[in-house]
Amino acid sequence: MSEEFVLELENISKEYSGNPVLKNVSLSVKPGEIYALIGENGAGKSTLMNILFGMSVIHETGGFTGKVKIGGQEAKFTSPADAMLAGIGMVHQEFMLIPGFTIVENIKVGREETLPTIASRVFGKSLERLDTERMAADARKALDAIGMDINEFTRVAGLPVGYMQFVEIAREIDKENLKLLVFDEPTAVLTESEAEQLLSVMQSLSDKGIAIIFITHRLSEVMAVARRMTVLRDGEVVASKPIAQTDVVEIAELMVGRRIEKLVDDESRSVAPDENAEIAVKVRDLFVDMPGEMVKGVDLDIRKGEIFGIGGLAGQGKVGIPNGIMGMSPASGTVEVFGEKVTFSKLGDALSKGVSFVSEDRRGVGLLIGESIAHNIIFNTMTVKGGFLGLGKIISHHQVRAHAQSMIELLDIRCVGGSQRVGSLSGGNQQKVCLAAALTLKPRLLIVSEPTRGIDIGAKKLIMEYLTKLRNEEGLTIIMVSSELAELRSVCDRIAIVSEGKVSSILPPEAPDADFGLAMSAVGSKEVE
Amino acid sequence: MDSIKRAVNSFGLPRVIILAFFVFLLGMAAFYDLGIPALLGDVIRRWGMFGILVLAMVPAIQSGIGPNFGVSIGIIGGLLGSLISIEMRDMGYFEATANPEVVSVIIALIFAIVFAGIFGFLYGLLLNRVKGSEMVVSTYVGFSMVALFNIMWLLLPFRSGTSIWPIAGEGLRTTISLADDFGGVFNDLLAFELGDMSVPTGLLLVFFLCCFLVWLFTQSRIGMMMRAAGSNPNFARAAGINVNKMRVLGTTLSTILGGIGIVAFAQSFGFLQLYNAPLMMGFTVVASVLVGGASVVNARIFNVLLGTFLFQGILTVAIPVANQMVPEGNLSEILRMIISNGIILYALSKSREATR
Ligand SMILES: Nc1ncnc2c1ncn2[C@@H]1O[C@H](COP(=O)(O)OP(=O)(O)OP(=O)(O)O)[C@@H](O)[C@H]1O
Ligand SMILES: [Mg+2]
Repeated sequence: MSEEFVLELENISKEYSGNPVLKNVSLSVKPGEIYALIGENGAGKSTLMNILFGMSVIHETGGFTGKVKIGGQEAKFTSPADAMLAGIGMVHQEFMLIPGFTIVENIKVGREETLPTIASRVFGKSLERLDTERMAADARKALDAIGMDINEFTRVAGLPVGYMQFVEIAREIDKENLKLLVFDEPTAVLTESEAEQLLSVMQSLSDKGIAIIFITHRLSEVMAVARRMTVLRDGEVVASKPIAQTDVVEIAELMVGRRIEKLVDDESRSVAPDENAEIAVKVRDLFVDMPGEMVKGVDLDIRKGEIFGIGGLAGQGKVGIPNGIMGMSPASGTVEVFGEKVTFSKLGDALSKGVSFVSEDRRGVGLLIGESIAHNIIFNTMTVKGGFLGLGKIISHHQVRAHAQSMIELLDIRCVGGSQRVGSLSGGNQQKVCLAAALTLKPRLLIVSEPTRGIDIGAKKLIMEYLTKLRNEEGLTIIMVSSELAELRSVCDRIAIVSEGKVSSILPPEAPDADFGLAMSAVGSKEVE
Repeated sequence: MDSIKRAVNSFGLPRVIILAFFVFLLGMAAFYDLGIPALLGDVIRRWGMFGILVLAMVPAIQSGIGPNFGVSIGIIGGLLGSLISIEMRDMGYFEATANPEVVSVIIALIFAIVFAGIFGFLYGLLLNRVKGSEMVVSTYVGFSMVALFNIMWLLLPFRSGTSIWPIAGEGLRTTISLADDFGGVFNDLLAFELGDMSVPTGLLLVFFLCCFLVWLFTQSRIGMMMRAAGSNPNFARAAGINVNKMRVLGTTLSTILGGIGIVAFAQSFGFLQLYNAPLMMGFTVVASVLVGGASVVNARIFNVLLGTFLFQGILTVAIPVANQMVPEGNLSEILRMIISNGIILYALSKSREATR
């Protein structure tokens, strides 16, 4: 039997309660090949990978039709454990880590290394002692392979999302019999340089003969590493091609079925407030104790009506700033919003002062997974401002439904309707729900952390344009924390780069690349001396 | 075929199996000629009797403390309320009123709410200190309260002749008749007969009213906040919600419903049962809500209605059927135990696959 393909998917179809999300999808992947799977939010990429990996959501919702072949033989996985045994690994779009465990435990869970003990010699392997040293060493090796220098005994709970992403990846590459590894949007929360590091890890895995399926919305990454690609649109394959025969523009067109231009048109930026504008947010000496994203003394003055970017490498503290302001992590120092001082220790204080926040951790902090889209969108507005309450302070389903519908249209949330459970939306569409919820609060200051995480290029343009419009027409002040420098540079008026918990410099978006690069590594290089 | 599959899926396989078992038992009852209408009347009565106690699980589960195995704490509050009402009637406070029975049940409910409220609040504070192991702790706190009150029932200064041992002249009896007090007040309200089937309209109305009030609460601002705190504490924190407060609120509400529930239960049963009677109640009501499709993290009113009906339905029909199948007296009692504990086990083991 020749193993021409590690993986063949034949005519896969799947529907969720009568709603077809995959229609006759076929593709095949060769050993050692990096294969890109591309498509808009809700196109069906994660669903296809869940089928391949035997995830329980698939059986619980009626299974699928079509064949999955591994090494030429049909495979019928009933659980992810089966898929793992067959040599398939997966880095999920939504993290699958155990928060109370350390990084080592998370990497090794289910595959613990053991040492024989007296009891185990008599009663068998299940009584062997954990070989903590070897496990830690393995974990260290995997972490080093992806260039992550965090203590391997840190607990996962409370780690920034970028780190969780790396831990997920380390867990997968630590597996020995790996033949095929699926990455579902691994770079969505990483900066360009980190993403590059990850891409080189992928390249070296591929050189070892491990095939990789790579799902991403960053087309430049596809161009850089992938050999072939398949584009899905509304659950159908619209094209399968070698990368060499296509380009970014064509792929983008294939994805959305129309042309995509620049993220935001240049003239809209002219509304940026000048230097004498009122100060909206005054941050002095801010310290935030967020594991892995420590903030160590930040001062900022953000003008009213400004779109202010905060960038920097993962772990340098950029994510800690909004989490400190919003009271999610212990913080000290002073933050004034429109002249009012925010009390960090008082729960929801920033919220009640007109600040709304889109968290980078959408499933952990941003959403009520079990509730409907509509309830998620109105929740904060209802609790903080008492909105959407009708007769007798009972929630007014009529108002809620109408508002949810308008938000669904405004942000192009792909769903069956406002009453669909948020947990059953695709990743990118969940992100849009988070944004819709923050906008519904009608904030004076909007803080968005990784706002476009996992959002496709079409939707990204839509969201960026809408945020810019809110600023231009209603004078909304926006703080945007993002790993994607290109994104910040395309919409922000000024960008602060955070390094080692401090602001290393504040740059205009048109500053040369070199300045940004220098700022990102600024404090780091000082320490080397 | 596909649509059947989908229907089964959305209803949940465990519930389909239990429903099928119930129908099978009814078939057996018809086969032995046991008088289906009378049995069904019984099922409906017990549905109303247990309903509010099972409803007590909803705020507990929604606020994140999980199924309230310690519902016996609320039950004790309800018993205290009932005893005070009996005492007051004995002193002649209600005689002057137009309708002494109704007044006595209202007084019982008011004191039940007060005591259960206080107990529930303290119990909620305790549960906040043991996050993550609420199920075990609540079971044992329930047990301990029952044990503590085994002593209290002997010591508390109740003096009504209805309540205390007639010969010793002190200490409360194990079962106290409510015939002179509020026994049957709800059951008899607007009750009617349909052939051999009697329908306790008032009891059902009280049960449905409680369900409606709890439903209204879940649709209010506070109710939504409590649900959010239960389903995602981090989300709740980000929304400025004090998660601990919401958990105490849920526990208190659950305990109060336990107190109200036992008053409704006792008036239908005709007796107050003290001492060890509340001990295992927690398991029965938790199993009921789980049978109805709730999970340890998610419960709705519908789960209460369905679960109580199925659980009580099976028990009510199974006993006479078992009696017919195994006429030797003792064996049927054992069968009853096996069936009721069997359902509890089955419900607990299936609780993770619950529908949403
Ligand atoms: N458990 C579920 N129940 C019902 N519908 C679902 C469920 N999971 C996914 N869907 C639907 O299936 C469709 C495809 O979702 P999928 O997650 O595969 O998209 P995706 O291509 O990964 O998108 P993204 O880029 O946003 O991650 C979406 O319309 C989504 O709403
Ligand atoms: Mg996806």
